[in-house]
Amino acid sequence: MNVPLLPMLLLAGAATAWSATPRELAQSYTAEASRLIPGFQGSAQRGAEFYARRFAVSSHLPACSACHTDSPARIGRHAVTGKTIQPLSPSAVATRFSDPAKVEKWFRRNCTEVLGRECSAAEKADFIAFATEGT
Amino acid sequence: MKTLSWFATLGLAMALPAHADRLPLPADAPPSYQAECGTCHLPYPPALLTATDWKRVMGALDRHYGDNATLDEPTRREIAAFLLRHAATHNSMAANSNPPRLTSSEWFRREHRRVPESSWKDPDVKSSANCGGCHTKAEAGSFRESEIVLPTSRRRL
Repeated sequence: MNVPLLPMLLLAGAATAWSATPRELAQSYTAEASRLIPGFQGSAQRGAEFYARRFAVSSHLPACSACHTDSPARIGRHAVTGKTIQPLSPSAVATRFSDPAKVEKWFRRNCTEVLGRECSAAEKADFIAFATEGT
Repeated sequence: MKTLSWFATLGLAMALPAHADRLPLPADAPPSYQAECGTCHLPYPPALLTATDWKRVMGALDRHYGDNATLDEPTRREIAAFLLRHAATHNSMAANSNPPRLTSSEWFRREHRRVPESSWKDPDVKSSANCGGCHTKAEAGSFRESEIVLPTSRRRL
């Protein structure tokens, strides 16, 4: 059974506001990534490096930490508008990584803004592994 | 005739958010307004810009004050319709900037004329788009004078 899980999650989400757990979401991204990278496993360590990397594509939003601070468990602040951003870690905000459509939307928007391109499934799996670490 | 013009003046005065203590989001705000707009900035009360301004904002979401805030078309239409339903009609609320910023309207500038330049630039405020930087109850749609805490005075405490 090699059915891509994420499109199914998204479809289910669109139809019934279906919710997932962070683990399920990470698994679906891992499955997607392993089709390009055989044997791929999400890594919190790689996720941490990705989170800390300074892409500097955008001058006001050079890295994830520009808005989300050095730790996804902390309350962040929009680098341009100053608005408070609730932590990304499910340990701090239980609803994080529970709505596949919402997660995809923000990856798309923020990756395009900060990296200048969309994030790969592997990067998403690593990031979720990092953000949910210890939860 | 005199009475009539007096009423007209009163009517006009009431139509303007002269002090605007309360600016709650209209009850018919679609959930997408909070979800799509209110994540990065306060979901601004639509009455703070005119219909012309909102049309310009919603027609250029790919260049949204330095960000790409593109929405899918049904959502964009839903939000645009809501903003236009409640847009300001008085000229003093019209933006005097390109792109249109609600902080550039005559009304906004008049209301904030006593705010020192240092407050706008304070790292805790960051931007004049950050209503909550000083209006501590802005998220709840309340902008009463007694709720204002300027960052400079906060630091002195």
